[in-house]
Amino acid sequence: MSQSPILEIRGLTKRFPGVLANDAVDLTLNKGEIIALLGENGAGKTTLMNMLYGLYQPDEGEILFNGSPLVMDSPNDAIAAGIGMVHQHFMLIPVMTVTENIMLGVEQTRGPLPGLLGKYFGRIDRRSVAKEIKELSQKYNLSLNPDDYIKDLPVGIQQRAEIIKALYRGAEILILDEPTAVLTPQEAEELFTIMKRLTNQGVSIIFITHKLKEVLRIADRIAVLHRGRLVGTTSPAEADEAKLAEMMVGRQVILKVNKKPAKPQAPILQVTNLSVNDDRGQTSVNNTSLTVHAGEILGIAGVQGNGQRELIESITGLRLPTQGSISLNGHDITTLSPRPITEMGVAHIPEDREKHGFIHSYTIADNLVLNQYYQPPYAQGARLQFENIDKHAQKMVDAFDVRTPSIYTPTGTLSGGNKQKVIIARELSRPLKLLIANQPTRGVDVGSIEFIHNQIIAQRDEGVAVLLISAELDEILNLADRVAVMFDGQIIKTLPIAEATRERIGLLMAGSSD
Amino acid sequence: MNDNSLLQRIGRALLIPTLAIITSLIIGALIIIITAESPLIGLTKVGIGYWGIIDGALLSRNGIPNTLVATIPLILTGLAVAIPFHAGLFNIGAEGQFMMGALIGTLVGIYVPLPVGIHPLAVLLFGFIGGALWGLIPGLLRAYMGAHEVINTIMLNFIAIAIVNYAVRQPFKAENTSSVQTLPIQESAELFRLVGRLHVGIFVALILVALCYFFLFRTTWGFALRTTGHNPDAAHYAGINPKHQFVISMTLAGGLAGVAGVMEVQGLNHTLTESFNAGYGFDAIAVSLLALNNPIAIIPAAFIFAILRIGGDFLQIRANLSVHIVSILQALILLFVSAPMIIRYLYRLPKKAKKQDAPIARGWGG
Repeated sequence: MSQSPILEIRGLTKRFPGVLANDAVDLTLNKGEIIALLGENGAGKTTLMNMLYGLYQPDEGEILFNGSPLVMDSPNDAIAAGIGMVHQHFMLIPVMTVTENIMLGVEQTRGPLPGLLGKYFGRIDRRSVAKEIKELSQKYNLSLNPDDYIKDLPVGIQQRAEIIKALYRGAEILILDEPTAVLTPQEAEELFTIMKRLTNQGVSIIFITHKLKEVLRIADRIAVLHRGRLVGTTSPAEADEAKLAEMMVGRQVILKVNKKPAKPQAPILQVTNLSVNDDRGQTSVNNTSLTVHAGEILGIAGVQGNGQRELIESITGLRLPTQGSISLNGHDITTLSPRPITEMGVAHIPEDREKHGFIHSYTIADNLVLNQYYQPPYAQGARLQFENIDKHAQKMVDAFDVRTPSIYTPTGTLSGGNKQKVIIARELSRPLKLLIANQPTRGVDVGSIEFIHNQIIAQRDEGVAVLLISAELDEILNLADRVAVMFDGQIIKTLPIAEATRERIGLLMAGSSD
Repeated sequence: MNDNSLLQRIGRALLIPTLAIITSLIIGALIIIITAESPLIGLTKVGIGYWGIIDGALLSRNGIPNTLVATIPLILTGLAVAIPFHAGLFNIGAEGQFMMGALIGTLVGIYVPLPVGIHPLAVLLFGFIGGALWGLIPGLLRAYMGAHEVINTIMLNFIAIAIVNYAVRQPFKAENTSSVQTLPIQESAELFRLVGRLHVGIFVALILVALCYFFLFRTTWGFALRTTGHNPDAAHYAGINPKHQFVISMTLAGGLAGVAGVMEVQGLNHTLTESFNAGYGFDAIAVSLLALNNPIAIIPAAFIFAILRIGGDFLQIRANLSVHIVSILQALILLFVSAPMIIRYLYRLPKKAKKQDAPIARGWGG
């Protein structure tokens, strides 16, 4: 690996009203290097990358590219300079082929017309672009068929198309924003191989992630951001998970959860032969069954989009199943709406907290009674009792350590971790039979993760049945007493935690039979 | 409890609407000057015309009573726009709901004999019911068929106008007069007058404002409705059925517009005529926006639009200007209120901290 810096960031500062998002950040990226950028939510990773990609302009400091200053007004300037970005959510059009997606915006044309006329009125030249894509994929050893439609490709391959798209536009630096969030462990492994190959060919990579294991596995150097400042640069040889977590949070964090063995009792939730359609009317949950007992945590592992969302929505009354039954404590709840299900003692920490979890402009106090506002003591008849709502809010904010200036603060202005604490406080503050925790720590900082995990285990120990869904295999392996693997709409295997190894679950998640 | 006093908050809320009105008057003046024979004449016309608005609507004899009479339907139709807005719906149908309320209520006033104390209330009630039915239809269509309320309320406006025109020409036409109108309502159903043309309907309007405010911000029903408006997905998750909220808010809105309609008959002409609709239902959209959909703020907003309505005639007559100048003023006020960035830029006001997802009437199929 050569040591000439291809990119140098010097004293980069970005202020937003009331927030110092980046505070004099210095960072160098050498040619052919993978640098991992690590930090909690709100640490300033995204701001930094947006400045590198021309979406924001820095207030202070400069970016040097191959030694000369780079001023960017838009992503077009970044692309022209040779910086490519692969977003967490792919920017691909499903009904177009790989070739068409890659040439989108930089279409090549052919025909008799000269110059600009030819550019705008010529025929689109798919063939030569497809040839270039083939050459690129051979050069970097990324197998990809230019004529496939994006919609027919697995997520891992779609990501390859995104990478080739950046390379096709001449990227020498690739920014990968949480690239493994949507991949199975095996697909992530393949991505790492690809990343190594790219760096061997001279491409430099900035890799943004939350996952400490991956950072240690793949990065050449690790840069940690905390509250907008670069708190340190280290390397996998010098650091371990605990040390990285400490750098991120600024204090020691216990990563392994301490819990007593489960004492499962009677079954609480019984799902029998359930089928559910997704929004497009396609079968998403396909004739599957599961049972959760009081006092145990059943973890559902699986790549996102294998029916988890529809399964949870049908249990919580948000979506009507097409077949099968759901019973809670012996009562049939298959066709009930969310309110009676909630009243029967079901708590639901929703997967998409911004969409389902709370109302942005409502105060914390209002959001804390979002599904109980009509019950005493929060209401008397139809009249809301603000005194009691406020008292409840003060109690919850203290008990769940929600960091907020006041209980009247609009919830949308809180950080991700604190928003999640508001939801968890609301859901856990009443007598429960079943707790459904769907991605309970997504986008939450390491310190809050610890707190949330302890809360979930405390519920289990009090005899609540817990259904945990998470895209983080580590979270499942840490918390669950039994692990169910969901693939293609079905629970294909349920294992006691003792038999659930990372490799075995990973293979099951990819659909291979045990 | 809050770091901002109530007065400060009210001051901040009034800032943009006030500046919007001032800016509109300045631009309106420029238009008058540009289109006049000479700048000097134009300037004189601005002076005479604007003074005419104030004099005619506020200072002249019967000025204030007339302006208040026009304020009544603007308040109620304004509420009819504001309440669905809190549930995330855009009610363009106040005009049609106003017409249907007037028709049903008037029929009860003409043909159902009741004692003096009860008759006006019964007419008001049926005015409410007539309008409510006309709001219920688009509410149901939106909730259960997914048909967009903007399209449906606009179409129902035309249908309501056609129904009223038919009713006053054919089945309910008064025999003994040459003009196209119904019989007068019975005297027992009339609303009595206070000063000039001003009738007790003003109190009905104010009471309904208070009830709407209480309903929206102090009851569990209002909580459910506003939650739906802010985020229907989160409302559904929290056990609120957004469909019910769509239907309830539209029905309630229709009822309020219906009361506005029937009180125009009860308090003013006492008959329903062919040219009954005066466009209150459309000004209502502007009133509600100017008030930022706050029921209390609808009172001054409606008053301002009533001043423009009543004073517009004086502007036209005294300064020999087109009455369309008033339409331009109204449109400019609306523009500046709905695009506050322009005002903030013009007056170099600091940018507002990003306010997240205020209830928005959603786009097609949203």
